[in-house]
This record gives sequence, C-alpha cells and structure tokens, in this order.
Amino acid sequence: MRRAPLLPALIFAIIVTQVPFLYTLYLSTLSWNALRPGDKPFVWLDNYVTVLSDSRLRSALLNTVVLTAGAVIFSVILGLVFALLLDRKFLGRGIVRTMLITPFLVMPIAAALLWKHALFNPTYGLINGLFGGSTDWVSSYPKAAVITTLVWQWTPFMMLILLAGLQSQSHEVLEAARVDGANAWQIFTKMTIPHLRQYLELGALLGSIYLVNTFDAIFSITQGGPGTATTNLPYEIYLTMFRKFEYGEASAAGVIVVILTIIVATFALRVISGLFKVEENR
Amino acid sequence: MRARLQNSVWGVVAWIAGIIFVFPVIWMVLTSFKQEADAATNPPSWFFAPTLAQYGQVFDRNITPFLLNSLMASVFSTILVVLLATPAAYALSLRPVAKWSDSLFFFITTKMMPAVAAFLPVYLLVKHLGMLDNVWTMVILYTSMNLPLAVWMMRSFLLEVPREVLEAGEVDGASLITSIRKIILPIVSPGLAATALICFIFAWNEFFLAVNLTATNASTSPIFLVGFISSEGAFLARLCAAATIVSLPVLIAGWVAQNKLVRGLSMGAVK
Repeated sequence: MRRAPLLPALIFAIIVTQVPFLYTLYLSTLSWNALRPGDKPFVWLDNYVTVLSDSRLRSALLNTVVLTAGAVIFSVILGLVFALLLDRKFLGRGIVRTMLITPFLVMPIAAALLWKHALFNPTYGLINGLFGGSTDWVSSYPKAAVITTLVWQWTPFMMLILLAGLQSQSHEVLEAARVDGANAWQIFTKMTIPHLRQYLELGALLGSIYLVNTFDAIFSITQGGPGTATTNLPYEIYLTMFRKFEYGEASAAGVIVVILTIIVATFALRVISGLFKVEENR
Repeated sequence: MRARLQNSVWGVVAWIAGIIFVFPVIWMVLTSFKQEADAATNPPSWFFAPTLAQYGQVFDRNITPFLLNSLMASVFSTILVVLLATPAAYALSLRPVAKWSDSLFFFITTKMMPAVAAFLPVYLLVKHLGMLDNVWTMVILYTSMNLPLAVWMMRSFLLEVPREVLEAGEVDGASLITSIRKIILPIVSPGLAATALICFIFAWNEFFLAVNLTATNASTSPIFLVGFISSEGAFLARLCAAATIVSLPVLIAGWVAQNKLVRGLSMGAVK
C-alpha cells in the first residue's frame, strides 16, 4: 500500500526509458541497414567491432570530452566571477542579476542560430563588425565557436548555484577573519573557496549531465564539421541513424555510450549523494 | 567610506559585465526591428527606422501552429509530470518506502542516460504505432524527460513539511486527504509552481526529439526556427524576430521566477 503512490511514476519511467534500452541491446546484434531491403541477420557482436574500430566513434568520443569539459570549465570560472560581483551590494543589483541570467532563458536552438548568423558571420556578423577583420569564426575555430555559445548559455546556471553558495557563508565568521587581520585574498582562498567546493562540484556535475547531450548547437552551428571536428557522440549517432540508416551500428554505439555513462555516473552518484547528505544535515 | 567606494567601483564593473553578457540578446531584439537591408551590414547599423515588418512576415509564414504545438506539448507534459512526480516524491520523503534511496537514484540515472542511446527503439516503436508527427507522442516523451527532475525537486520541497505538524494532524484524526489539503499543499505549492515552471521550460526548448519525430502536423517552435534558415537568402532580421517570439514565454517566466530557478535547476540541492 505504501508503495502505491510511487508505482505510476516508476512504471512510467521503466517503460519509456528502460524497455527501449533493452530493445537497443537486441538491435545492436543485427546487421540492419534500413535502406537495404530483406532480412536482418543476427551478427553477434560484429556491430561493436565495426563501431569500436571505426575512427569516427573515437574522434566523436574525444570531441564529446573536449566540448563538455571546455564548456563546463569556462562556464564555472565565468559563473564564479559573476557570482562574486553579485555578492556585493550596489545600485541596480537586481537588474544586473536579471541581465546575467537572461542568456540561459533564450531557447538553445535560437541562441545557437543567433551566434552563428548574427555574431560569428564573417561578412555581417557583430563580432567582425565591431572589431574589424574578416575571420570566419565558425570554420576557423569550430570547437571554440561551439564552446563559446554553450558557455554563454550555461554561465548563468553556474552563477546561480555559486551565488547561493556565497550567500550561505556565515557573515560573522568572515567578519571575525577580517578583524583578525586576514586580507581579502586570504579570505577568498582560505575560506570562500573551500566553502564553495561542494557548490562547484554540484554545478560542474549537473552541467556535465546536460552538456554531454549537446545536440542543438552542433546541429545548427557546425553540423559536426568541418570534417568531424565538432561531431560529438549524440551527433554521430544521429548521423548513423538518420543519414546512413545503419540501425544496427547506431544501436551498438548507443549501448557503448550507455556503458560509458554508467561508469561516469557511478562516480557522479557518489558525489551527488555526498552533496545531498551535506545539504540535509545543515 | 572606503568600503562603500569599493562597492560602487565593483558595482560599475558588474554593470559592464552584465551589459556585455546580455548584449547578444539585445542585439537579437534590435535586429528583429530592422529591415533585412539594415540587418546584414558591416559595420553594424545602430540607427534605423524600427519596423514590425519582420514580425508580420513571421506570422505570415504561419508560426502560429508551431507555437500551439509547443504550448500543447509543454503544458500537457508538465501536468502529467506533476501528477506522476508528486505522489512518487511523497512516497520518497514524508512516508518513505523501503529502499527509497534506490528508487530516487534510479530516477536520476534515467536522466544521465543520453537521449540518443535509447532513441532508435523509441523511434521504431512510434513509427510502428503510426504515432510519428503526433503531439501526444511528444507529450509522453517530454514527461519521461522531465520526470526525474520533478521527482527530485518535489521531494526536496516535501521534506520541508514539518513532521510534527503532520503527526499531530493524524492524532487528531485528520484523513490523508485533509492533511494533504490543509497541511501539505499550502507549504509546497510554491515548490509545485517552481517544478512545473522548470518542466515547462525544458519541454518548450526541447529540440532533438522534436526534430526527429515530427514533420508537419506536430512540429514545435524550435523546428520553425530551423526550417527558416535553409530556405531563405536574406533572413537575419526575420530569424531574430522569430527567435524573439519563441524565446519570449521562457524569458518572461524565468524573469518572474528567478528566485526559484536555482533550487529547481539543482534539483533541490541548493536552497
């Protein structure tokens, strides 16, 4: 009886997320190209061999790591700077805060298109318009272009989490440190940063969960190019599925992604449960 | 005195940072009021006769059905999420079932799994059932996308209900319905609103599932934006007008609820 309220949500989640995954496992053992009529022979682990020996998947994996880590690291740093600025009293603080969270609220695909066409464009983009030159930002620096757009959207998220962390610092303790003669830099490195550690971890972790799935920005800014320079795992699987119609291989790649995710998640969950314990004990 | 001066200097720095950071959005809105000829210029044109022509064009190209599809998919999935997540969160917080933390972590792992990994069977099933290009398919998938987030958020809000009050109510013979209505709801309703808002935002902005599962009838507003690009030559001002329209609901919702945003996005970990 006690379980009754939990069951609908649990069953729903299992049906919509776990059952398809089991089916993916099955599909990954078939040689199945949707463009090729006829039967779909069972090929054991051939698709896994194909996918793992294909250099595209390895480069997609590397790109995923670079794009995710780049976006997370830079948005955490910039978010920390903004949070520190907002943690002081000044005229119009509420307005500045609203301005700083606004990029997060723009529809991601709209943000990606805005950066590509209105800012990065070599002939009429705002960046070249303001600073001169005729750099084609997207084709010269594809990874940096994607990361810039992602950082612009995700910095507000990091800022909000870190600002909450800063505001939970005890003012008496900070004041006491000041009276004892600690300077601003000492207070920041010896007290604020250790206090913020769990908030930094939380922001980085949640940011990674979302950013590892980045699809919109790649789809609209670079289409994975030039070459495979910005093809991450989600985009590579999308191409295998809807451009090459290699359903078997796409499934195998999907399973590999899930295994990798489980490895990362086991580590991440430990961090999360630690964080939530801290929060609950406070 | 010195501290005050210091604060105002940093205040100026904060203002400058804020304006630079939000500038792409300001530029988007400015461009949306330009003629195409003024939009794609180098150097950028700062002074121009504002026009609503681009907004007119966007509506002429029939953005309305896309907006309605987005509205339907977001609103119905949000309602469904709240209906599923709230009782589940109750069973994971106020009346914890055995092994409640396993269930809680099960929900979060479904969020960690990249959508593409299990997408093919979903696609094949939807196709097999003849449910491609159907808003209700999107409603179901958005519900599953937001469910973990909502369970975690609602749990964090429910934990704020003081146990003593609940127990006192039970001693006085209050039924479950009464204690939900009189004790729990008043305390968690702001949290419920925040949960619903965040689920709405994620559903409204979703792109990957929409682009792969919809074609003409059920396309949501992100798809409208993409469709635009490929077919036009000079499109920048119109693109900005369309981008402004589709972003507006979330912008307004986010500005209004910015105090609740952080707790929701961190799934209740940060208060």
